[in-house]
Amino acid sequence: MSAGPCYVGVDSGSWNTKAAVVDADGRLLATAMVRTGADVPAAAARVVEELLRIAAVDRSSVAALWTTGFGRHAIPGATSSRTELDAHARGALQYVSGPLTVIDIGGQDAKIIAVDADGRRTSHKMNRKCAAGTGSFLEEMALRLDVPIGGLPALAAASREEIELGSFCTVFTGTEVLGLIRQGKRPADLARAAYRSVVKRVLEMERVEGTVVATGGVVSHHPLVVELLELAIGSRVIVPRLAQEIGAVGVAHAARSAAA
Amino acid sequence: MASTDRTAAPEPGFRASSRLKELMAEHFTGVDRAAREKSAPVAWCTSVGPVELLRALGFQVFFPENHGALLGASRVAGEVMGRAHAIGYSPDICSYLTSDIGAYLARKTPLSRYGLSAAPRPDLLLYSTNQCREVRDWFEFYGREWSVPVVGVTSFRDLGEVEDSHVDAITRQLEALVPALEAVAGRRLDPAALELAVERSRTCSDLWRQCLEASAARPAPLTFFDATIQMGPAVVLRGTAEACDYYRLLAAELAERVAAGRGALPRERFRLYWDGMPIWGRLRDLASLFAGLETSVVASTYCNSWVFDALDPRDPLRSMARASLELFIARAEGPKQRYLERMSRQFQVDGLVFHDARTCPNNSNVRFGLAQRLRRTSRVPVLVLDGDLNDLRCFSDEQARTNIEAFVEQLEDAGPAAAGGGHP
Repeated sequence: MSAGPCYVGVDSGSWNTKAAVVDADGRLLATAMVRTGADVPAAAARVVEELLRIAAVDRSSVAALWTTGFGRHAIPGATSSRTELDAHARGALQYVSGPLTVIDIGGQDAKIIAVDADGRRTSHKMNRKCAAGTGSFLEEMALRLDVPIGGLPALAAASREEIELGSFCTVFTGTEVLGLIRQGKRPADLARAAYRSVVKRVLEMERVEGTVVATGGVVSHHPLVVELLELAIGSRVIVPRLAQEIGAVGVAHAARSAAA
Repeated sequence: MASTDRTAAPEPGFRASSRLKELMAEHFTGVDRAAREKSAPVAWCTSVGPVELLRALGFQVFFPENHGALLGASRVAGEVMGRAHAIGYSPDICSYLTSDIGAYLARKTPLSRYGLSAAPRPDLLLYSTNQCREVRDWFEFYGREWSVPVVGVTSFRDLGEVEDSHVDAITRQLEALVPALEAVAGRRLDPAALELAVERSRTCSDLWRQCLEASAARPAPLTFFDATIQMGPAVVLRGTAEACDYYRLLAAELAERVAAGRGALPRERFRLYWDGMPIWGRLRDLASLFAGLETSVVASTYCNSWVFDALDPRDPLRSMARASLELFIARAEGPKQRYLERMSRQFQVDGLVFHDARTCPNNSNVRFGLAQRLRRTSRVPVLVLDGDLNDLRCFSDEQARTNIEAFVEQLEDAGPAAAGGGHP
């Protein structure tokens, strides 16, 4: 059990709520994750309870609890918050030094964050009001291809033919997929095409320069996205350990830095 | 963005605002009365159109873009736009146009608060396409609907330098309008009356500029959000003595605030510039969000669109032509970039916010790489917000809030040394 003060970060995402705890020296003690569901505060409470249990940290040792993610302002007991742009950049910087570009692909949004050599964010871009290029797009494509979302990577791995899909609108791309199925295209090829569509859409958002770090749930669960990103930009893409929890890690470090 | 978590107690409103409310009410009821009682000819005019000709000929003037903004701010727009879409006006064109035509079809107007049942019916519609082509299409709808003349100026767009040849061409178009306007007004154009209208427009423009420039002070006494309300008379009463009187009042009050070091916000940590249209249906929410972040939006391209430096009563028509062409919205990327660089320096801003309005390509200045070029040349951080002037379906509250908060975090991390100091 950690005796000194600890700092908890909670990333309230659209699909999952993640949490991380670091000690006063910045050592990561544990992470946890639960489904967000429809009750954001309850999910946050559950994940913190789980986190502290795993880390064997007593609640009284928590010096600060900072939040990030879309539900960041809805979590009781939070002492402060940072946006997910800030949290993901900070989290990535725990593993890679700047200058770098963070590509975060979440359930409902995608972000490109530029960080300079001093570790300061210099710009960011989020997707427009549209699900294309996000995890929701892949969910929709999995539905059209009649596989659970967890089965999409294995399906795409069997692809033999490159197919180009639209990347502008999730609904229209879904219709396009149905048309291609009717034409006899193989689901495996369409699954790979869906991943290529996500990558294409994300890279249309902003120019990607320098070291590239990919984070978020989509990257964690769909490694083909990383492979296709590398193919598209022609260089290696770093996926940090705990890519899905990186926002929680980042905001926990932000809490610790503020206390220092 | 229904509420904000960080809130700040607003500074007390402007004393002048009580006069502003009276003036706007008098304007709407005055035009309505003229339309109903036929006591004066009524014209509709585009917001930066040649209104001085109408003033000189005794028209009461109504500005449908102002009506569009009211439809957006009152959120009636969302209820009525679909009516216009259904008769062939695309959701991708100007949502002022679709809001206004939709409101007409649905028989709704936010002017009901002034006792009006509809926008006053005109005897003539006068446009200038110096801002966009939509205004002409918008007016032609009503021209067909009411069988009234639609006249106007087909202007130049995307001008690099404003050359004499451009001014000559627009002057000739203005001269050619006169007989049509005289026919509806039932009187000849009095050159002295035109000079007076231009003189008043110029005075109004100078005073309005003075009000806006008060926010070069630290802290800024007037935010972009305040200014979108305060600019009412500069839009709908340009060319009248009442507008000039109002801005003398407001300018004096702003000077008092500057002298006393009173800002529009309780605390001003950062200063931003806003380019593009307001998001009318979220004006108050955005004002509150920025205030909560102790960030003052101190200047904007939009509110400066009613500053007409070229107007000169000694040469009325030619100066009106030049003024209409020198506007930011009518210019090419080069002059736009230089303008934004100059404004960033003058108002010592820490960042630029570009609103990319889905249905307003002519007043969305991020679509040809300008934001990226400015970031490089001026070293001022830039944020792009996706949204729209009236169609809130194109705007995500949550995403906008995250974008804005993240931008302010970026400014915080850059440190106080960077605040206002990013200028070459």
